[in-house]
Amino acid sequence: MPVIELRNISNYILNSLNLKIMDKELLVLLGPTGSGKTTILNTIAGLAPYTGNVLFDNRPVDTIATVHRGLGYLFQSLALFPHLNVIANIAYSLKINHLLPDQIMTRAQELLSLMRIEHLEHRYPKDLSGGEKQRVALARALASSPHTLLLDEPMASLDARFSKYFRMEFRRLQKKLGFTTVYVTHDLTEAEEMGDRIAVLNHGKIQQVGSYDDIFFHPANKHVSEFIGEPNIFHCTYAKYLGDGLVEVGVGSMPIVIPHESGNVKKIAIHPGHINIYREKPPEPSINLRTGVIVDIEHTPFAEMLTITSNGVPIRVELHRELYEDMQLSVGTEVFLVFKLKWIRVFDNTNFQLDEESL
Amino acid sequence: MTNKVKKVNFWGLVPIIIFLGIWEISVRLHITPGHFFLPPFSSILQESYDLIVSGVLVVHYLKSFLRVIIGFLTGSIAGLIVGIFMGWKETVNRAFHPIFSLLYPIPALGWLPILMIWFGIGELLPIAIIFICSFFPVLYNTITGIKSVNQDYIKAAQTLGASKKTILASILLPLALPNIFTGLRLEAGMAWRVVIAAEMVAIPTGIGALLMKAQSLIRIDIIIVCLMVLSLMCYSFEKFFLFLERKLTSHWR
Repeated sequence: MPVIELRNISNYILNSLNLKIMDKELLVLLGPTGSGKTTILNTIAGLAPYTGNVLFDNRPVDTIATVHRGLGYLFQSLALFPHLNVIANIAYSLKINHLLPDQIMTRAQELLSLMRIEHLEHRYPKDLSGGEKQRVALARALASSPHTLLLDEPMASLDARFSKYFRMEFRRLQKKLGFTTVYVTHDLTEAEEMGDRIAVLNHGKIQQVGSYDDIFFHPANKHVSEFIGEPNIFHCTYAKYLGDGLVEVGVGSMPIVIPHESGNVKKIAIHPGHINIYREKPPEPSINLRTGVIVDIEHTPFAEMLTITSNGVPIRVELHRELYEDMQLSVGTEVFLVFKLKWIRVFDNTNFQLDEESL
Repeated sequence: MTNKVKKVNFWGLVPIIIFLGIWEISVRLHITPGHFFLPPFSSILQESYDLIVSGVLVVHYLKSFLRVIIGFLTGSIAGLIVGIFMGWKETVNRAFHPIFSLLYPIPALGWLPILMIWFGIGELLPIAIIFICSFFPVLYNTITGIKSVNQDYIKAAQTLGASKKTILASILLPLALPNIFTGLRLEAGMAWRVVIAAEMVAIPTGIGALLMKAQSLIRIDIIIVCLMVLSLMCYSFEKFFLFLERKLTSHWR
């Protein structure tokens, strides 16, 4: 049963939008800047004007003010109150709901410990790092045990390493506490890692809702395929079962190890954003480490798209602009490629059917 | 940090000491036209002492002090209350903004002639002028302080279940404090300048009146004592509000 339902919602960005968010799921809203992701969160929270209906547990809440909607909202800016210390920020919703001081302290301490930030109790937001602020903001949003948590690009201010850690931590919490979550991002990797389901948005409309594999292999339309990006699809010359759930396949003259339970593999696919590249050989031992040469660089609105040939096989690799600039890459540069096992998808007639025409 | 402040204060005193030294020496060496034109600094100190012991300075000072305190407190509180409503409620802001915008540019002393007719020469006159002088800056700084609070804080408080009144008391006002204090700090000194000017023109008591009497008796030493009192009061009032502002906001800013 959907815990939240948006029916025919229209406003300055959204256009007759319909969306169902299921109980205890983590739904990712994925789309480019200006597609209406944050507006959906604001509509659910009652912070944006709209026509249409928002239903919580099948009851319309259109006339219910934000303060009574019982949601947790983690803003992109985090919006920690600068004049309150960590414990006062976390206890804010408890205090205004007139809980007894003992109850407030117990609950606040519980959240400090849950988020592993006991040592920050008396600090002010100006003295916290990005990651610490993130955890305090999450603790504050969870303080009054909301039925649904809305997160607006929560990783925006974090570096890549901490962002990955936070994602794992958040998933752990979400499973443990069992709250429904709507999570906004424009990052495909983040969407795949976090989402039970992903809703792809563009021009104020939901373009597709489904699992990562649904969207990856069956993009509903051009908007989705353009945003997600076409995967690299490789025809396998051979497939050999290695045991322990691993199969070695031949792509041209290049062997690639993939996780699979049988040797019946005809094609594999990997998204250009899921191939890591390095200028120097990475120090850690890595399966699927190959060398290649950049033969083409295309500048897209979202990232840099490199075409690299390895053992005669052309491979497309998507790279964040900052990383691309840091690495000082150009056509002819030799690079090391790593195909991460977890991102390689297999087509084998029983799993996914690629509708190649839609790509 | 503390050492740094002490160091800065020490270096700040050096030019003052040099200035007073040059003043004293130049008068004693008759470089200036004479004691009548500019008495030495030591004579000023002696005269200050005499004026305090005789009670003349104390009586005039207390008169001015009370006027400043009453006018400043009532003006600031009124400015704060109206400012809160104008910053908080857009309809109130729209209603009152035009009239206050027209009245604000009039200098406080510009009101003196009309207030003299309305209130006569009495205690109400300087208090009313200081009220006007304090009201507008505190009003505008309060409005600016409330309006410049990041909208995300308000939205966050709403999603956490805060009513409008709670948001005003727990978010808007505390975050507007730095702006409010800027208004209070600037006007604390201005209130002294205005009361002295009003007393010089229209009131027979207070430091300003003493200043005018000294001028008519050509007592430059008393004039300088009065100016020193004015300078010290402006400085200490401004410093007091700076201290309060730091005490209340420095831990989170």
